[in-house]
Amino acid sequence: MVLKGRAWKYGDDVDTDVIIPARYLNTSDPAELARHCMEDIDREFAVKVSPGDIIVAGKNFGCGSSREHAPIAIKASGASAVIARSFARIFYRNAFNMGLPIFEAPQAIDEIDAGDLLAVDMRNGSLRNETKGKEYEVAPIPSFMQELVAAGGLLNYIVARRKDQVRP
Amino acid sequence: MGMTLTEKILARHAGKEKVEPGELILARVDLALGNDITSPIAIQAIRNLGIRKVFDRDRIALVPDHFTPNKDIRSAEQARMMRDFAREYGITNYFEIGRMGIEHVLLPDEGLVVPGDLVIGADSHTCTYGALCAFSTGVGSTDLAAAMIAGEVWLKVPESIRIVLSGRPGKWVEGKDVILHIIGKIGVDGALYQSMEYTGDGLAALSMAWRFTISNMAIEAGAKNGIFPFDEVTKAYADERAARDYSVVEVDGNARYAAEIGIDLGALEPQVAFPHLPENTRPLSQAGNVPIDQVVVGSCTNGRIEDLRSACAVLRGRKVHDAVRMLVFPATQEIYLQAMREGLMEIFVSAGAAFSTPTCGPCLGGHMGVLAKGERAVATTNRNFVGRMGHPESEVYLANPAVAAASAVLGRIGSPDEIR
Repeated sequence: MVLKGRAWKYGDDVDTDVIIPARYLNTSDPAELARHCMEDIDREFAVKVSPGDIIVAGKNFGCGSSREHAPIAIKASGASAVIARSFARIFYRNAFNMGLPIFEAPQAIDEIDAGDLLAVDMRNGSLRNETKGKEYEVAPIPSFMQELVAAGGLLNYIVARRKDQVRP
Repeated sequence: MGMTLTEKILARHAGKEKVEPGELILARVDLALGNDITSPIAIQAIRNLGIRKVFDRDRIALVPDHFTPNKDIRSAEQARMMRDFAREYGITNYFEIGRMGIEHVLLPDEGLVVPGDLVIGADSHTCTYGALCAFSTGVGSTDLAAAMIAGEVWLKVPESIRIVLSGRPGKWVEGKDVILHIIGKIGVDGALYQSMEYTGDGLAALSMAWRFTISNMAIEAGAKNGIFPFDEVTKAYADERAARDYSVVEVDGNARYAAEIGIDLGALEPQVAFPHLPENTRPLSQAGNVPIDQVVVGSCTNGRIEDLRSACAVLRGRKVHDAVRMLVFPATQEIYLQAMREGLMEIFVSAGAAFSTPTCGPCLGGHMGVLAKGERAVATTNRNFVGRMGHPESEVYLANPAVAAASAVLGRIGSPDEIR
């Protein structure tokens, strides 16, 4: 599967309070969260993001709170992926659990500008900057994460192991 | 090769003799917790899957503490969803308003987290319990749902950083300053994916309250957990509080660490973290003239009785500056009562501070102390991100309770020593 879209570029340490400010956490409705996604650092994002667009950021993306509303908001905004130099650990877990593809591509970040057209091939782990005509490798998804994905996500995996507790 | 404290606890909960950093394990969970913001998503997932039973109704804690007492209709709906779930599924440890507290202060105080435990919580400050020589870390709502169903969690065994504390902290220096100093030194991703393990003769000077504060902010350095060894201080607390038998885990002499950091507690002065990252720390003496509008004392970081005493030691017989609003949040009902008994509540109220029921409210800009555009707050909380406490153009400065109280009196960031 190839994810393709324009880059929205941000800096280091993009925290969960700017991805989705706490004042909007009185709901977990994806569409509503998406309307406020990134609003405290970029009021244009939620309005102008197009389906498939890709968030590109520096180190420690998603630091701060454990709120799963952060990857939910990004996914519901239409963005197809996040590429960063590194991710904060809870965000990393949450993104996989929510089915938001994220990639660590330290060498590519500096050479991507806002608006560049990017294509990520999830299968072979490559990132292509079509605007600049450059190609990069992205860190492969750890094999156990792939197992979870193959099982249809964490909850399906757990349920399959605990069939005795499931009542039809 | 020996094991670190974190490796030992993880190995024990994974049913293994030994684990190595980088290894992926499926570990048994002693307690899984959620709050009114994170558990609704987990509850919805459990209901959607048609699951009617949790793994152990005594091993789940549900604490409505973030937007409670309900700040608006939608928060009330989220709180009700949690309450209904707790009743229907027979969750033993659901804490209603009036009998609750901020989760990370409440649960250890209630003895629900004990030394040697493995705890996960859908709240990033779940790492607080490392102070008790337990492994605890924050996860998201889906991980919480999985743990509530199966009593298990996937974890990657982290590398550990050894932090050696020496000496005794000087006047006005508290646990908060130790952790702010460390975050300032290594950065907000300085311990990313790693465990921060404390050791050294400086531990003797650290009370349980200070250790909780230090472990609480491990996440602010990107860490998975922040863990203290079990000693006499831990034992005294656990023997008084533990609701279950606990186990003492000791580090191996030949444990392996990714890095070592030495901190001389005697050389520290109170720290202030400037906007908009906890790593932007400065010694208090270099804070300069920063006028403020609000002071918040409380939170899972600094809402314990020791923190209120520290603030009161500065505030006693003084008044909050005309230009400042001071808000005090004891972290639990028990602490609230204790503050009443000790006369601390009277000191705060006489000084012109508001004294509130326990809530996380202002720390995350939820309610009960939201900042307007351009306003500045000194807070004993844990984060000063853009918009954390309200308007995206407001500012939060993190400090210890004594410095917060002094700043409330001075009307600007300042030291208790500046007050006559």
